[in-house]
Amino acid sequence: MQAVPSRISLEGIVKTFGGFRANDDVSIHVAEGSIHAILGENGAGKSTLMNIIYGLYQPDAGRILSRGREVKISNPRQAMALGIGMVHQHFKQVDTMTVTENVVLGLPGRPVLNLAQDRKRIIDLAQELGFDIDPDQPMWSLPIGMQQRVEILKLLYRQADLLILDEPTSVLTPSEIKPFFNLLSRLRSSGRTIVLITHKLDEVMEMADRVTVMRLGRVVANIEASETNSRELARLMVGRDVIFDVTRTPPRIGSPVLEVADLVATDERGLSALNGLSLTVKAGEIVGIAGVDGNGQRELAETIAGLRKASAGTVKICGQVADRLNPAERKRRLRMGFVPEDRQKVGLDLDSDIAFNMVLRSFRLPPFSRHGWVDFAKIKTHAKQLAERYDVRMRGVGQRARDLSGGNQQKIILAREMEDEPELLIVSQPTKGLDVGAIDFVQRTLLAQRDRGTGILYISTELEELLMVADRLAVIFNGRIVGELPVSEATPERLGLLMTGKAA
Amino acid sequence: MFDFLLDPAQLTDFLSTGLRLSIPLIFAAMGGLVCERSGVFNIALEGQILFGAFGAAVGAYFLGTPTGGLGFALLFGALSGLLLAVLGITLRVNQIVIGIAVILFSTGFTSFMSRVLFPGSGNSLKLQGFGPVAIPYLSDIPVLGPVLFSQDALVYVALLTVVAVYLVLFKTRIGLSIRAIGENPSAADSAGVPVFRLRYACVIAGSTLASLGGAYLVLTQVFLFSDNMSAGKGFIALAAIVLGRWQPQLAFLACLLFGFFDAFQLRLQFNHPEIPFQVFAALPYGVSILALVGLMGQAHPPAAVGRPYDREMR
Repeated sequence: MQAVPSRISLEGIVKTFGGFRANDDVSIHVAEGSIHAILGENGAGKSTLMNIIYGLYQPDAGRILSRGREVKISNPRQAMALGIGMVHQHFKQVDTMTVTENVVLGLPGRPVLNLAQDRKRIIDLAQELGFDIDPDQPMWSLPIGMQQRVEILKLLYRQADLLILDEPTSVLTPSEIKPFFNLLSRLRSSGRTIVLITHKLDEVMEMADRVTVMRLGRVVANIEASETNSRELARLMVGRDVIFDVTRTPPRIGSPVLEVADLVATDERGLSALNGLSLTVKAGEIVGIAGVDGNGQRELAETIAGLRKASAGTVKICGQVADRLNPAERKRRLRMGFVPEDRQKVGLDLDSDIAFNMVLRSFRLPPFSRHGWVDFAKIKTHAKQLAERYDVRMRGVGQRARDLSGGNQQKIILAREMEDEPELLIVSQPTKGLDVGAIDFVQRTLLAQRDRGTGILYISTELEELLMVADRLAVIFNGRIVGELPVSEATPERLGLLMTGKAA
Repeated sequence: MFDFLLDPAQLTDFLSTGLRLSIPLIFAAMGGLVCERSGVFNIALEGQILFGAFGAAVGAYFLGTPTGGLGFALLFGALSGLLLAVLGITLRVNQIVIGIAVILFSTGFTSFMSRVLFPGSGNSLKLQGFGPVAIPYLSDIPVLGPVLFSQDALVYVALLTVVAVYLVLFKTRIGLSIRAIGENPSAADSAGVPVFRLRYACVIAGSTLASLGGAYLVLTQVFLFSDNMSAGKGFIALAAIVLGRWQPQLAFLACLLFGFFDAFQLRLQFNHPEIPFQVFAALPYGVSILALVGLMGQAHPPAAVGRPYDREMR
């Protein structure tokens, strides 16, 4: 059945964590020079499988064949020697090091470093790929889309010919996706094989030659992309029919809950990120902030939340000036909720359990604390109730937040932030990296909150999502709002022009 | 109080004393720095200095040569490093706890064994040590000549160690890998760096360096072994690492600072017998506390230090 030789084959792979079967008898053949999509919801076992190919995990059973030869991959070095490279969903980079150092790290070569020479070769390769990368920037200072380009460059610098990309588009903006797909096509035509891990159906239909659908650790289908459609794939992936629409009622708009005037702030590098931004959100509406990543979205959310100092301008929450208040005061006194972009680093304490993460805001207050004593029993019952209401899939509230999938982590943050009925809710990229089911849940929850009269600022780089959820859209470009329009008048074309600063 | 700085003979004497007192700190601080840069806390430096001193005494006593002493010191240091590595890297025991265990073990083990092996528990030994090596021409420079170029061999080794640690960490491929596994072992692993092997190498090499501090005490300063002769130097070295913000060149300067303060307080003790000597003896520790308080806020340790790496942890 296979006309093209197989680049990599997995046969009967089994991997268990504790008692949990992450991969159960998985067999996949990836044809040389193809783009092969692995489709599945979060927790379906896609990443585990790829970590096995990359030598990070050892399978409990099964065989791996590289170009028909059985291989044992005990560590990433051996994977690299076989020409296998991987871009993880959460990038594996040393933040404090520069782009050049990150690319060179782990490469064999002369003992004494010659970074100047590597730097030149990196610039050449970046140019060849059409990447605009400054090799001397420390990794932490790069926008996330740029970090991804560095990761891909890193693999190609190592001559990898099998690229495993784990949810690559989850960090990209709409305008970045097209060039990214072009890049994948070019890599394919240059003879490289690409394994694309994703839960986005349109990507699979657009890019993939062949699709493997996984559910609950098992392969449920292996099909040519040309012989299927989105609806069938969605059904295979989720195991039931999925409805793609969100029902919504007209907003009942009240008084302003957030008034931002002439806000100025800088980013970590001291470059201006917000340049006199003004914005109002009223009770009962969802205002979507559309824009290409890196135009001040993160800084806007952080300044409103009180995590970043504004150098000029004011933030009023529920009519009160908030400038001198810290995040906790804004949350408690001004009734603000905040769902940060980086749910793992800012939103949760990953090494604490679910119960504690649920009360991060309020564990020092009654009823969870009295006279300095924490009532853990109460925290536990409270967490159990919330977990039930927000459908958090877990073994128990004592489980560490780290061990949950992205969707369930986001549910914990939502539960916590919406618990005290905020008047204002700031949500930043709330569906990033989530699967269809979880996205649906997050959007429904936010819409329900709006109907209860909360004003929501919804920052996202996913246009379709904004068009579906928001009542009003404000487009951010270069640290200012360059256009505001009701969602009924917004079209992707018009937004696209605003987002690139080409129309005022 | 500071008039001795104007007299060349007294100044020379003060500076060489200061440098000599800095040497064990330098060895220990460089060793600890290598461990911490690779992501492993080594608070056992104090115990490793003691192991080095004991090893040096054993080697010099039984083989009769200072080189033999040096060899045994290195061996003891490497073994203590291996112990630390097995417990901290492979078995993932809390690194602070291991460090304390190694310190306690070293104190008991060396006190006991010195009573078994040496006549009169080592206090009355007169061991063969290294003598000063004058470097021709350079040692004739006034003041600095005798201070820098007429010292014992191990002093030169200590100074070269600082340069070597700096060059390895910042100019070589393996140094890049070491810094990476101290910051983000999972990223380094994914990039093909052998995290476990490299951490083992760093901990063993670092521990061996620390033991040289003890060898120096025995083979060039006192020529005998006495109980607990490391006397807190390992802890001062830990402070020097933090004060030097995990940069070898700055940690070196911090060691000099502590060493010179020690020399200064010895001078004060000598000149002011009317004041209890403990007041002066406490001075270097006071300085280290003040220095740490002043700079602590700005110092960022390697991000992964103290956290054992587990590849399959999610």
